[in-house]
Amino acid sequence: MGVMLKAENVAIRYITGDFKDIGLKEYTMRRLTGNYQVKEFRAVDGVSFELHEGDMLGIIGSNGAGKSTLLKAVAGIMEPTQGKITANGDVAALLELGSGFDGDLTVKENAYLRGAMLGYTKEFMDETYEQIIDFAELKEFENRPFKQLSSGMKSRLAFSIASLVQPDILILDEVLSVGDGAFQEKSAKKMREIISQGATTILVSHSLEQIRELCNKVLWLDHGRQVAFGDSAEICDRYEAFLRGE
Amino acid sequence: MEIVEKLKKNQFLFAQLVHRDFTKKYKRTVLGIAWSVLSPLLTLLVMNIIFGTLLGANIEHYTIYLFTGQLIFSFFNDSTNEGMTSLLNNAEIFTKVNVPKYMFLFSKNISSLINFGITLGIYFVFVAINGIPFTWKFVLLLFPILCLVVFNLGMGLILSAMYVFFRDIQYLYGIFTMLLMYMSAIFYSIDTFPQIGKNLFLLNPVYVYIRYFRKIVIEGDIPSVWLHLVAAGYAVLAFGIGAWIYKKKNHSFLYYV
Repeated sequence: MGVMLKAENVAIRYITGDFKDIGLKEYTMRRLTGNYQVKEFRAVDGVSFELHEGDMLGIIGSNGAGKSTLLKAVAGIMEPTQGKITANGDVAALLELGSGFDGDLTVKENAYLRGAMLGYTKEFMDETYEQIIDFAELKEFENRPFKQLSSGMKSRLAFSIASLVQPDILILDEVLSVGDGAFQEKSAKKMREIISQGATTILVSHSLEQIRELCNKVLWLDHGRQVAFGDSAEICDRYEAFLRGE
Repeated sequence: MEIVEKLKKNQFLFAQLVHRDFTKKYKRTVLGIAWSVLSPLLTLLVMNIIFGTLLGANIEHYTIYLFTGQLIFSFFNDSTNEGMTSLLNNAEIFTKVNVPKYMFLFSKNISSLINFGITLGIYFVFVAINGIPFTWKFVLLLFPILCLVVFNLGMGLILSAMYVFFRDIQYLYGIFTMLLMYMSAIFYSIDTFPQIGKNLFLLNPVYVYIRYFRKIVIEGDIPSVWLHLVAAGYAVLAFGIGAWIYKKKNHSFLYYV
């Protein structure tokens, strides 16, 4: 089986500090008074792994471990400062599904816009639109402004559109289950369907149970550093032991 | 080659962004697109009344003279002001999906371009009413229009990037464009200025494009090779700087939003 995704000694720089939401005036003042601080650190440092076709990787670690940053680098949104990420195929990233919609547009218009963002073609959207809106159970809302939807409805729509992706490499950031009871089941089922189609998948989840169930490989990060990478069961056990404080 | 491929790949997304920007701009207002055409016409009317008798007595075809300046300046003003916020307003998208970031600006510029196209149509109606003959030379107007479009895109790239870094650019730019308007000889003539003063006006790109238009439409002359070079030069320069900033900062923008 071919290597689909390879990360070699990846480090990603992150900066934070006084430069956010700042004006030229304030910037000059802070610079002059020496009150301008920028902190630079490595959100991800020295991470290496290799995924083959059909692999499902779970990334675990506490908040601030660098999980999201690593996913962004795999998706091409961020760039490794050091090392290399090689993807052998299309990458689709489903990160924070609920955001990025436009409240003033109708539900249908938003569906098309989101589809376009995920790299679908117009023909594909025309073909699958009915299916999307039915799955999201929003048929009667399709011409309403998006802002009139409840947040549950919004994530239902987001999920329905996203669930049609057929990339070679799929990135999932806490999106396995959305909506309320019935829909949650439906979406989890759909998600398993996608994964079983054989795409190489990366999953970030706070549910260790879910990772044990779905993933065959696990990457454990702590403060940006790679603690372990390997078979799911073994590393999950070690992580659990670690959490218990052993 | 790479750019063509990228555009092809993102064609549908681009079309959707244009659709979104266009709908949002005109959905709310009752008059819709008519308003954006009406507004420069009203400005033209007011300016014509005020300055027509004051400054226009010695200028041939003063209404057209004024309209030319107004047409070009409005396009520049509209395009760059709308463009400035285009990147930041789409932060939710480009921090989650890997898309070419210049698409947001290009999409906004399509709306401005359509506006300009409609106003240009009305402009030609006014030209006809004023009894100015249409000659083959009018075809040459495509040149300054193309230059201006590229120049606007370049300025938009620069401004939208700066706006991500410094949010008060918007106010500073508002003051800047107001000064620029007064320095673009929209409602007055610079014929009585000494040569050195006339040359200084060429430092203003917007004036250069206005000058080109007037030369063709009002004077019926083909501008000098020199003016062609200056017009194209500003466009290439602005676009080059803008593209360079976007390329260099492509992966830094997300730290600032």
